[in-house]
Amino acid sequence: MSVHKRSYRAYAGPLTAEWSRFLVLQRYARESMFRSRIQTSLFVLCFFYPVLSLAFVYLANNASFLTRFDIRAAGILRIDAQFFLTLTSVQNVLAFILTIFSGPGLISPDLANGALPLYFCRPFSRAEYILGKASCLAILLSWVTWVPELVLFAVQSSLAGFGWFKANLWMAGSIMLISWVWIAVLCLLSLALSAWVRWRLVAGALLLGVLFVGAGFGQAVNRILGTDYGYVFDIANLIATISCRLFGVATTLPISQTEAWSALLSICAACLLLLWRKVRAYEVVK
Amino acid sequence: MTSSGSIAFQASGGQPAAGPHGVPPVINLRELSVRLGKRDILKSLTGSFSGRSIGLLGPNGAGKSTLINTLLGFYPPSGGSAEVLGLDIRRNSREIRALTGYMPENDAFVSKMSAVTFIRMMAELSGLPPGAALERAHEALFYVGLGEARYRKLGAYSLGMKQMAKLAQAIVHGPKLIILDEPTNGLDPPARQRMIRLIREMRASKEIHIVLCSHLLRDVEECCEEVLILKQGRIVHQSNLEEERRTNRRFLELEIWGDPGLLTGAIERLGCECALAPGNRLKVILAPEVEVRDVYRIAAEQDVRIRRLNFRRDTLEDIFLKAMETPQ
Repeated sequence: MSVHKRSYRAYAGPLTAEWSRFLVLQRYARESMFRSRIQTSLFVLCFFYPVLSLAFVYLANNASFLTRFDIRAAGILRIDAQFFLTLTSVQNVLAFILTIFSGPGLISPDLANGALPLYFCRPFSRAEYILGKASCLAILLSWVTWVPELVLFAVQSSLAGFGWFKANLWMAGSIMLISWVWIAVLCLLSLALSAWVRWRLVAGALLLGVLFVGAGFGQAVNRILGTDYGYVFDIANLIATISCRLFGVATTLPISQTEAWSALLSICAACLLLLWRKVRAYEVVK
Repeated sequence: MTSSGSIAFQASGGQPAAGPHGVPPVINLRELSVRLGKRDILKSLTGSFSGRSIGLLGPNGAGKSTLINTLLGFYPPSGGSAEVLGLDIRRNSREIRALTGYMPENDAFVSKMSAVTFIRMMAELSGLPPGAALERAHEALFYVGLGEARYRKLGAYSLGMKQMAKLAQAIVHGPKLIILDEPTNGLDPPARQRMIRLIREMRASKEIHIVLCSHLLRDVEECCEEVLILKQGRIVHQSNLEEERRTNRRFLELEIWGDPGLLTGAIERLGCECALAPGNRLKVILAPEVEVRDVYRIAAEQDVRIRRLNFRRDTLEDIFLKAMETPQ
């Protein structure tokens, strides 16, 4: 095939490695994601709190400033587990808002326009497709969750000294773990919902609904059955339970760690199952 | 990057059945059955097809698209086996898809992407490096006649343009086999002609095999050498259209004025078979060395006038209708 000859010609050049093909999808998905000005603005806004926190870290470690206002004694500016738990929680909320705008647009256009057979008639599997789309969202959410949080941790370590770093290294692990758990839940939820409803706007609304309706449903279950197990339907509560434990902060939340982890794993498994059933070249009508 | 530029037919796992010239057949079916839900869609299909272009015919619901989807690995076979380009569909599904281009029947695109971006992405997913993918995306779009519209969003394309874009994505990675599922669906006559011309051009390039699935007999007749007719999930006819056309050229049906006995005797003396039918009609099977002009010459010598001469050729429509009458 050539433009001037206009005749069919087979391709005889080199091919890319098969394992890297999912990155193609990730690249194109990212390009289309940042075409929206709202999404780009929202992404930028997500860095507002980390920048504020950076200033906070700087001030907390500025001896002359603290001495002048006698703040150390008051114990207001303390960089500890509570500080990083608050930062993580705020960034997780922002990540959720970002997901509402970005997540549903990843799969639903392909499903709505019947493009899946075109992907899967190539040497490209369903798992690679899901991985490609999920990795795009995961990278985006990483930029607003664990990346700025670890940057702040590094800044605090450099200002407070090696002793602080050594004593609080576990917090870096907690940041990574809770961020990745949240990213995984958001990726799977948004992809599964958009695969299910095939309409971007509805999928976004549904994602919002899962969080709030889930919480409401959990409360209703608690009231009607006189139990605390309704909290397992409240994803925000599950994440909060795990976060508090990981950062060693006392919590009044009534469900145990095991219940919280089990509930989150069940949600992820259900999302994967839904994705596996919906993301296929042709649905079999039985 | 792996250097697998020249695509090998033989995969590591497969033991392809060789065709008459040592080349594996394009499609080889061995008792292939497909069951979806509780329904048997394909029932013990057996056949081997080696033509440059293979037509897949059948009424709606005959199992044409299911056969294609099974060959591409979208549906698992419930029994039997099949090979595409010598590769087993169960074990070498990925290799088969690397060698194949597919144009689905229904709308399939991403509406917010420009045609060139979409085709490029498809080429990259097939393994082409980004630079080569972009180059071939432009080439493919020019080839199918969408060169001037290549930067437009696919969602803004007309139905005919979408069909052409689907063809472009199917050929952009230079496959060895292209599967076209109802490629002329919804096209107006000029667009249909363009599509048929492209398919014939690709066939003529001898670099690609074509499987054309259609319920339009004319499309298959114009583009295909071999034909496979399905009915209710079974093969009811398979034949080589080119051979049939060649064979049919030896059949003549004459309607004459004059003495048929004279002409019959003269034709038989040339070594041809001849049968007299009511209404001064003759059915003739020409001997290999005899041409049609010899029949005209003899008729003139015998003072017999030929009012009508037909090649008694079975059209694809005849073949199809006969196949549809075949009891299951």
